[in-house]
Amino acid sequence: MLKQFRGTHEFRLLLAVVGLVIFLAVASPRFLSIQNILDLLTSTAFVGMLAAGLLVVLVAGSIDISFTAVASVAQYLAILAAGHMGIGWFPTLLIASIVGISLGMLNALLVHMLRLSGIIVSIAMLNVYFGLLMFLSDGQQIFSLPDWFADALSWVIGTSARGDPYILNGQIIGLVLSFVLTWLLLNATGIGRQIRALGGNPEAAKRVGFRPLRLNLIAFGYLGFTAGLASLAQAQLAQSVAPNVLVGRELSVLAAVVLGGASLSGGQGTVLGTILGVAVLAIMQNGLILLGISSYWSQCFIGFIIIAGVSAIGLERRRQRRRTRRNTDDPEATPLAGGLA
Amino acid sequence: MSEPPVLLKLVGITKQFGGVRALSSIDLEILPGEVHCLAGENGSGKSTLIKIISGVQPPEPGGQIIINGQPCFNLTPAESIQKGIQVIYQDLSLFPNMTVAENIGIAQHLHGGVVRWNAVRQSAAAALQQLGINLDLDAYVSALPIAQRQLVAICRAMAAEAKLVIMDEPTASLTRHEVDALLSLTRELKRRGIAVVFVSHRLDEVMEVSDRVTVLRNGEKLGTFDADGMTDHMLGELMIGRSIHYEKQSFEGVESPVVLSVENLSRQGDFEAVSLSVRRGEILGLTGRLGSGRTELALSLFGMNPADTGRITMEGQNLALRHTTQNAISVGIAYVSEDRLSLGLAMRHSITDNLLLSTLEDLSSRAGLVQPSAREERVRYWIERLGIKVGGPEHAVGTLSGGNQQRVVLAKWLATEPSLLILDSPTVGVDIGAKDGIYLAIRKLAAAGMAVLLISDEIPEVLYHTHRILVMRHGRLGGEYLPSASTEADLREAVDA
Repeated sequence: MLKQFRGTHEFRLLLAVVGLVIFLAVASPRFLSIQNILDLLTSTAFVGMLAAGLLVVLVAGSIDISFTAVASVAQYLAILAAGHMGIGWFPTLLIASIVGISLGMLNALLVHMLRLSGIIVSIAMLNVYFGLLMFLSDGQQIFSLPDWFADALSWVIGTSARGDPYILNGQIIGLVLSFVLTWLLLNATGIGRQIRALGGNPEAAKRVGFRPLRLNLIAFGYLGFTAGLASLAQAQLAQSVAPNVLVGRELSVLAAVVLGGASLSGGQGTVLGTILGVAVLAIMQNGLILLGISSYWSQCFIGFIIIAGVSAIGLERRRQRRRTRRNTDDPEATPLAGGLA
Repeated sequence: MSEPPVLLKLVGITKQFGGVRALSSIDLEILPGEVHCLAGENGSGKSTLIKIISGVQPPEPGGQIIINGQPCFNLTPAESIQKGIQVIYQDLSLFPNMTVAENIGIAQHLHGGVVRWNAVRQSAAAALQQLGINLDLDAYVSALPIAQRQLVAICRAMAAEAKLVIMDEPTASLTRHEVDALLSLTRELKRRGIAVVFVSHRLDEVMEVSDRVTVLRNGEKLGTFDADGMTDHMLGELMIGRSIHYEKQSFEGVESPVVLSVENLSRQGDFEAVSLSVRRGEILGLTGRLGSGRTELALSLFGMNPADTGRITMEGQNLALRHTTQNAISVGIAYVSEDRLSLGLAMRHSITDNLLLSTLEDLSSRAGLVQPSAREERVRYWIERLGIKVGGPEHAVGTLSGGNQQRVVLAKWLATEPSLLILDSPTVGVDIGAKDGIYLAIRKLAAAGMAVLLISDEIPEVLYHTHRILVMRHGRLGGEYLPSASTEADLREAVDA
């Protein structure tokens, strides 16, 4: 079991994360403080929750990058409703989720009916959702936030030596919940295995009797659902809702998931890998800030990390393919080729 | 009660696609535990018939599908599976990103709900055990060689409690050794009362385990015959509807100038101390198993796989060992690859574009633009000369049949006016009728003075269509044979030794 794990992409990522943590812990004493870890988790929640949702769509063999626009719409509508109708946090979450799920499913439906690739449809729909939201909202921030929104879902779980409270908030809970839910969906349900099968070989999945449209509706809908949750986590953290602050962050989410080992050609990717992919990027960013390095540099660094990580995955897959091909030849008949191996 | 039970019975099955009749009034009976061959060329209706049996396509009204004595109306894929019919497609339909266990037990996921991993694993282990197959349940299918993937597919059919397993071109990508393993597995299925239908246009290999064979041609059934006493040759004639007879050939031009000569050519890990020569007008056969170094040698000659030591001479001119493909083309070498789909053609581009790819430079004007009139003329010339059946030169190559695609690749390289043509397994995946066309083309080209190096692992192919045969084994040339003085058995022994 352990031996098998050592050969995986996740293992190498884990090493990278551990190395990064050790380096930063030495370089900046504040890095491993409980407060910094809580801050790190809180600020990563938005990207992390979206990454969990996006993983499912990638595993299904498709792609959707309109989720930031979906999140913007869900956030705007839910908070608007909360402000005007005086509803609590649960109905607000429900509204955001339903809006997210509906828009996600609409994407899946369009991909299916138009037989276009997810990337094209979702670029288009990102513009449609975002354009409509900007037009209808006039680009206006929402100022009348509900009262409960200031400190919803937070618990004091301890105090620092100086007496400052450590706070476990809704963002962290949402982050953990998203990853747990995604893991359960992908590994413990028949639907999740069908989704993985679909991503691995769509034609074969159809022949077994799996229904691609249904599976895509679930995958895209699930991404929409996490987008709804993430949008509220972000709004609560920022304590403001503006229609144009989320769009533009989709590529960093995609980068984290791909860095985590999910393949754009489908069927590949694990929750652990995604967590680690998100962690590498988040820790890098956090660490560079702690070290006082310009945020432009950190962007540049992150670009390099993505290239390094993804080429490592590519290299590993090529090596595996070559191994398979060599196995295919009759080993007895090719002593020369065998000698090379 | 006296009649033997019939597992599957088709009565009057007809299928129209638009105005084209793909199947006309087919009757067929499959008995429990029999091995039945369904033979026919590409386009004979085999695949359509399978699609109807597996419920993917409905037959025209009036046709009857009777499974286990029960007539089935509006058969769906799920129903067909549930009644015990399993199709193993040529692509095997496996999930490379999943383990062996999950691939075999994939149907367990149909239930939705919580995955019962135990049930998945147990059904996989049971299927493996039933067939006496040893495979690592936790291995990913992407890491398995093709023969083992096929075993996984067969086990999946077992796990789904198949009564009838239909295998579409099961031997196409297997070595002889692997085919033997498949045949003994087939006997095991038969022993368990499971019927097996082989669908193929290359039947010599599966005939030995078959009980009966049904031949289709142009959508019509010619009959069902006992496999005993059916020869390859008779079957071939039934399939294409005319007789084919090949004579061994001998070479008249022993004095003609040498085109290619290779001395002591070696490449670490691929081949060693290879010496050979080909003359103008000669067809030299090179045979050997997959991995014997034959393809690697061809690639080295063509500048894609540089040799380490030795000497290559083309028409008296010395060729550097590290020559490029451009060098090879310019001294008159053309190479038609084994895998025409991945290496030879741009499938979505037109026939014209593909044909002219290798000669764009000399069709261009000084300014570097291609002249349309010269293009059309050349394309028409080759389509006619090689008898390529096309709707129009602007159609995508991917729409052509296998044999015609092969001829487009051939034409593409012939357009460079080579003096040496290297053909690597030119008839793989091509059916008998189209093969005939390719052999004829090769003969014509040689008669017109071209030197041809024909690489193939089909013994009859080199025996009847070359002037001289070299056998390659473990990277070395193992002997030279003249067709007139050799038999198939001689060559087979030389290849396997």
